[in-house]
Amino acid sequence: MDKLFDFELTANLLGFGFVQTALLAAAVLGLVAGALGPLIVTRRMSFAVHGTAELAFTGAAAALLLGIGVSYGALAGALVAALLLGLLGGRESERDSVIGVILSFGLGLGVLLLWFYPGRASNKFGILVGQIVAIEPQNLTVLVVAAVVVLAVLALVYRPLLFASVDPAVAMARGVPARSLGVLFAVLVGVATALGVQIVGALLVVALMVTPAAAAARLTANPLRATVLAVIFAEVAALGGIILSLAPGAPVSFFVTAISFTIYLVCRVIAYVRGRQSRVVTESVAEPSPAESVR
Amino acid sequence: MSRGVVEIRDAALGFGARTLWSGLDLDVRPGEFLAVLGPNGSGKTSLLRVLLGLQPLSTGTVSVAGKPPGRGNNKVGYVPQQRALDEQLTLRGVDLVGLGLDGDRWGVGLFGMRRRRRRIAEAVAAVGAESYAASPVGKLSGGEQQRLRVAQALIGEPDVLLCDEPLASLDLTHQQVVSELIDKRRQEVDTAVLFVTHEINPVLSYVDRVLYLVNGHFRIGTPDEVMNSATLSELYGTRVEVIKVGGQIHVAGAQSALCEDEIHHHVGERVS
Repeated sequence: MDKLFDFELTANLLGFGFVQTALLAAAVLGLVAGALGPLIVTRRMSFAVHGTAELAFTGAAAALLLGIGVSYGALAGALVAALLLGLLGGRESERDSVIGVILSFGLGLGVLLLWFYPGRASNKFGILVGQIVAIEPQNLTVLVVAAVVVLAVLALVYRPLLFASVDPAVAMARGVPARSLGVLFAVLVGVATALGVQIVGALLVVALMVTPAAAAARLTANPLRATVLAVIFAEVAALGGIILSLAPGAPVSFFVTAISFTIYLVCRVIAYVRGRQSRVVTESVAEPSPAESVR
Repeated sequence: MSRGVVEIRDAALGFGARTLWSGLDLDVRPGEFLAVLGPNGSGKTSLLRVLLGLQPLSTGTVSVAGKPPGRGNNKVGYVPQQRALDEQLTLRGVDLVGLGLDGDRWGVGLFGMRRRRRRIAEAVAAVGAESYAASPVGKLSGGEQQRLRVAQALIGEPDVLLCDEPLASLDLTHQQVVSELIDKRRQEVDTAVLFVTHEINPVLSYVDRVLYLVNGHFRIGTPDEVMNSATLSELYGTRVEVIKVGGQIHVAGAQSALCEDEIHHHVGERVS
């Protein structure tokens, strides 16, 4: 770890093509994850993202065994997961358990598939914790195309999706197809998760999909500003994580999650301090602000 | 005969073998305040669901603001029952109101932001919510949230305002404030109001007519015509006393517990 601050080595490594490919992939993922994140948090889908990532792992393991591209396998697994979760878990009370049921079976199946796989152990490890430096140029193309599609669809359905997420009863009363939008959003999350699996791995995808948005939600209640902040946080975590991991040659996943977690902690502290200040101001004015008044 | 903003003709609604109501004819005129009363399970909320296009009629026809109900009929405003919003919800009061303006449209809505902001500010000012409209909605009190709900429903300048127990779980002051805001709108621009409630007293002074639903039967008329011992006893099929005290109406009798019951439903749920 003493190489962590070896800037010369880091600068040299940044010159390599595969490192630049990795950074580009991380930037694309950060954008998608940050854009989807606030809605994931609002819709309470953190656990669903985790479950989807596990099934992306299952799909990737199957693809590895069959000798087809791991990214296609991850995509197929994540889509199956998203559709299952979207269709089976319609009721919020049921959703939680449905995810647990599907997640555990998918993970078990993935372990079996990996056991069958005769190849190198590092490939197996890679789909669990990410192998960003192993991204091939054709994988990058898949990544960019998928990201563009996800962002375009998100932009198209953004307003009704936000409406259905924050205010479902009124949205449905206004004719917003909340149910279908929920399934569509689960599919978008599935695609994004499959992309994330290649970069930070199935186990840590939550660090990019959920943590930046959860941090942003601590700072602002403005949905647009929260989305912008979530994108920035996700980019800092994804790009910063790769750059920091270069010199020591340590796993990218640790640095990505560590940065992500640090940002979250900082945002919580800021929110806490702000909350205290507004309380002090309120007390000195001796009249409760409307936001603080009795429920 | 002038056309009503809400027109229901020979309508019936049932689920399976059970009929909630049938033979319902109803016209609501512009500027009219119609209270929909009745015990739980009498089909009050189902009637709202029909008018919102969430529930098809078993038989009969319905039109709202000259069109069949449902998506694309943006001349309908909807005020839901107050329910606690998640305190951490990433949404400000102005966002909630803005969703009432264009939340059902596709796209991100980045064009026309200035005009949108102006209309939101006007709607917020109309309900006197300026001081807290920029705060996170989850941290506002129930009464403040309901004021913003009224702004959310009125910002699209609807011809009909459908209200589903909007005063439930509010304190008396906010019950008055919210019903006054709704009444003001219909006085000013002739918006028709269809007000589902289990408690008529907070809005009694505004109500033009009452639709009272009980076990598949109903009566329509002025509060005096419907809210009397003879009519309600006939409707409930048992002896019911209606007592008028100090400008308030109290219904006492075998079924009265039903009327004053807690409210369990909302429009998002299916009555089965």
